Formats: sequence, structure tokens, C-alpha cells
Amino acid sequence: MDALEVEDLVMHYGPVRAVDGVTLRIRQGSVVALVGESGSGKSTVGRCIVRLVEPSGGTVHLAGVDITHLNRRQLRPHRRNVSIVFQDPAGSLDPRLSVGDIVGEPLRLMRRKDIPAKVNEALRRVGLRPEVAHRAPHELSGGQRQRVSIARALISEPHLLVADEPTSALDVSVQAAVLNLLADLQRDLGFACLFITHDLSAVEYLADEVAVMYLGQLVEQGPRARIFGKPAHPYTQALLSAAPVPDPAEQRARRPVLLGDDLPSAIDPPSGCRFHTRCPVAVDKCRTVVPERRTIGEGGHQVACHLVNDDGTGPDVRPTEGAAR
Amino acid sequence: MTPVLAVKDLSVTFRTEDGPLSAVDHVSFEVGDGEVLAVVGESGCGKSVTAMSIAGLLPRSATVDGSVELDGTELIGADKRTLRSIRGREVAYIFQEPMTSLNPVFTVGHQISEVLRTHIGLNRQDARTRAIELLKLVGISSAERRIGDYPHQLSGGMRQRVMIAMAVACDPKVLIADEPTTALDVTIQAGILDVLRGLRERLGTSIVLITHDLGVVADLADRVAVMYAGRVVETAEVHDLFANPQHPYTTGLLGASPAAGRHAESQRLNEIPGLVPVLTEQPDACTFADRCPRAVDTCTTSQPQLTPGPHRVACWNPVREPVEV
Repeated sequence: MDALEVEDLVMHYGPVRAVDGVTLRIRQGSVVALVGESGSGKSTVGRCIVRLVEPSGGTVHLAGVDITHLNRRQLRPHRRNVSIVFQDPAGSLDPRLSVGDIVGEPLRLMRRKDIPAKVNEALRRVGLRPEVAHRAPHELSGGQRQRVSIARALISEPHLLVADEPTSALDVSVQAAVLNLLADLQRDLGFACLFITHDLSAVEYLADEVAVMYLGQLVEQGPRARIFGKPAHPYTQALLSAAPVPDPAEQRARRPVLLGDDLPSAIDPPSGCRFHTRCPVAVDKCRTVVPERRTIGEGGHQVACHLVNDDGTGPDVRPTEGAAR
Repeated sequence: MTPVLAVKDLSVTFRTEDGPLSAVDHVSFEVGDGEVLAVVGESGCGKSVTAMSIAGLLPRSATVDGSVELDGTELIGADKRTLRSIRGREVAYIFQEPMTSLNPVFTVGHQISEVLRTHIGLNRQDARTRAIELLKLVGISSAERRIGDYPHQLSGGMRQRVMIAMAVACDPKVLIADEPTTALDVTIQAGILDVLRGLRERLGTSIVLITHDLGVVADLADRVAVMYAGRVVETAEVHDLFANPQHPYTTGLLGASPAAGRHAESQRLNEIPGLVPVLTEQPDACTFADRCPRAVDTCTTSQPQLTPGPHRVACWNPVREPVEV
């Protein structure tokens, strides 16, 4: 049984087709990164999975249980199985509660006993001293607050952690600490994780598998080494080529694929393949026929692109490496 | 070669309710003709305050000492008229969030033309023609049509291109780019970095690039100044800095971001424990000492000065061996 099974998930906000048919599985204990530009719908997928919103279509199974349309009451026993950590810890911690109350709240709702002891343990696990329990969130630094969010998320021992841009608001050195912590906790506790981010270096660091989202749909997914080593979809290739690497010699030898500034609207997405308006190699078929998702390699490497062959070969939109600029 | 911009012993102190706050302490650097100097550091290190003090953009609560010479003209203490003739014309700024820097009730054409009419006295028709040229220069397609657009009709990347067009309208000697791509997706960022590179190559504009992103530094900078707690702690040519970082803070920053191809199994990210200090006055000590893994006794009793030479470092116990990444 997988920790998470999302089947043909659809989330429309009025005319906005934020998520439009996403199918995704996360095995027990595995980390799947969901990447894409802002507006691609990746956070909405996360919000559907933890049922902050009720999906417009498709199904979400958490540890085998269909939670897609459960009401608040019916959801309650399943809440402990999934937690979420948000980007901005200042906005997701109640400023009127102490850190101890914040971290212990999930257990209180489950009517558990020995809450203070468990809170201490949870704080220790994320590298905070027990005294922090008596502080208010505003007394902590950004990195410490994010540790508090993680402690709260993990105190109910969920099968699945949804981490929505958990490091994006933090400074580089603090990011490093939070990434290390997530890697340690995931290894020790063995929860499955949906890691939503736009930071590709963090993806390579944490994820076992990568799913690439564009305008509400997945365009490619597969094992980390395959996606970074042999990206098949032109959008994945462009995305990876655009992220600068912190090495001047290497970075200057690279040539990013420039896609243009216009992400099409999710109210009226392009016909056929949604990426065709920015794709450097699009052909007529791409403008009219929606590409099916196909398996193109081991480890469940899948792609939705007409131009990629069944053996994973296909167009490479990345310019050949030139002389240093 | 005489530098276009020479900053010498620049110090900035803010008056606050809790007493004086030292934001920048005796910062010196030079920017040559057509050179890109990156100023890097984490939030609160004083990099934006340094940038804003150059053309007198700081609020009245700031006391600025030292010297900023632009092509031989002293800007610190200069009268309003001098500053007004220099701002926008000799020194131009672009900021992180283009939406808040553009006026929502005027078309982008109007806003670019305004710069040209105010500073170089072009008439309406010439200003419009020049505005279209500028939009083309920064890579906006169908500029003739876009010139009639309001800011909200443009994507984030295009707004930033408009900001750059306005900034370079009067062919400034120095462009100060304060986190110009931080709010943008990587695919959009790649395009903006390309525009900045083009400006330097085609117009010979000198650029002061303020950023926390070492990938962006590796992409664009010729030289780098690393700031910590209001001081420049290391400055060197870009390849030299990445290959032979000498200040423990620099090595810490470089080790904090995940290297390409590394997973948590094989690399532990470098954490810098503690926080950037908030200083009421600069102590006679190294401000990084209490977070530094290499600190020795001298570090807490005496302030290190930048060494002379092309690769300058302010540290009592610098890293001499090449670091392994």
C-alpha cells in the first residue's frame, strides 16, 4: 500500500484550472519532489492532499483510505496520517500560543496523554531545547520557527509529510540546517514526503523521485537520477538548464534555454500540449493533440510529450555547450 | 584604470528607539568601467543599505559617513541638486519587486518616457521612439504594442525588464541591481541575467549586483565582495573566490548550498550555527567570531582588517588550503 495515491486530481477555482488531472503515487518512506514555476499548481496539489480544500475531481488515497470527499468529522481520524509544513513559519504559527501549545496541539485534538513529555521529545528531535516550549513564536528566529513547524507536523507520527517550500523564506545557511534536519528525520522516522519546491538543488539533495508540473499538469516524473541525468521533456530540460550552479567555470559554460516570460493563463490554457506556446521544438501536432502520459524507462520514468520516443530518446532543447562567456 | 565608483570607509548608523544601530561599518570597494561587482551576504548583513547609501536613498534616520565617489564626484554630503542630477542619470537602481516600483496608473511607455523627458529633455515623440528602442534592448517582443500596457498587464519577468529599461534609459555609468531576480522563477531569471549581461557588453554599464544567490554570482560577476554584519569580510575575483575562499564565513556559505548531483546520503550541508548579530556599535573584535569554527583568541579581542592585494580577507585565521566541495 502506498502512502499516497493521487488519481486524476482536478482542482478548479471558478474558471481557474489550477490542477487539471494529476496522477501521483508516493511509496512508504519515499521522498517525491514536486517542482514547477509559480502558478503551476504545485501548492494546490499539496492543499488537496491535506484536504485544506476539497478537490473538484479525482481521488486522494492516504494510506489506502479515500479521503477525497470526507467531511470534517469523517476526516478527523485520518488527520494524524498527514501533516503539512508551510513556507512562512511566521504566518503558520499562532502568535498567541506558546511553542509548547503549538507543538502539542495535534495530540490534544487526539486526546492523547503525556503531552508535555511528547512535546519535549518532539522539540529535542528538531534540535530545539525544551525551554523553547515556554516561548512565543515571535521570540524565535526564522530557522527556529521552521523547526517548530516541523516538530508540530511530526508529533502525530504521520505516514506522509507535505513540505510546501519549507526553506524558501530562509537564508542560505539556515536553509542548509532545515534541509539537513528534514533528511535526518526522514531517514530516522521513515515517513513519506511530498516536497514542493522551486529550488532544484534542494530537490536533488532530498528527493528519491521528481515530478515536474506545468500549468496544472505533470509533464514528467521519475527517479531523481533519471530526471537530472536524462530529462526527456523539453520543459524539464529548460527548467534544469535555467537554474544557475554556484561554480563560475561550470556556470559560464552552460547555456540556459530561454523560454520567454509569458506563462500562459490557467483560465484559458493552450490547446494540445500546454507547453507548446513556449516550447522551442513544438510541431503542429503539439498545438492540437493532448499528449498522453507514457512510460519511457525503468523506475517509472514517465513523460507526456509527443516528441519523446518510447525508449526515452527525443529532442534536446539545450544548446550545446559553448566556449566560456 | 580609475574606478567608476569608489566607496571608501562607508559607515551607516540608524537612529532607532533602542539607540543607534550600526548597519554598515567602514565598507570600501571599487567598481571599474564595465565591471560587475557582486555584493553577497545573508539578510541583515548590510548589503542593501550599502547600495541605497550610494545615491542617497536612505531615510533621515540614517547617518552616513565616509566617501562615495562617482567618476570623481563626491556623493556623500552632496546637495540635493547634485544628487538629483545624478540619480537616474549617472546611477540607476533596479529593485527586487518590480510591481511596487512601477506606478500602476500609468502605461509603461509613459513611465519610460517620463525618465527621458525629465533627465535628457527629449520631446514627447522622441521619448516614445527611444522608449520602444529600450524595450527592445531588454528583450521585450512587440515593443510597439507593449508600450501601451499597464504594469498589471505584464508578467513578473516583463515588469522587471521594464524596470531595467527605465534604469538604463539615460545610459547610466553604474547600475545598482538589488536582488533583481529573487522574486522570479528560474526560467525567467535566466532571461533577466542575460539582459544584464547584454547591457554590460553593449553599453559598458558597470553593475553592482546585490544578491544572496551564489548561482547568480557565479553567472554574472567579475568580482565579489562578501559582507557579514555590516563589514566586507572578503573580496576577490569571482573564480578565485569560489576556488579559494579564505574567510570561514565564505566557506560556510559555499558549503551550505547543495552541490550538483549530491544527495543527502553522500553530502551533509554545512550549517552556520547562531544568528547574524544586531549591533549597536561595532565591537573591537571579529563579528563572526562567536559563530566561527576557526576562531582563535585574537578574534574576540581585535578586529581583523582586510589584507592588501587582489584577494583580500579580514580574518585572523583564514582558510589557506583549497576547500573540498
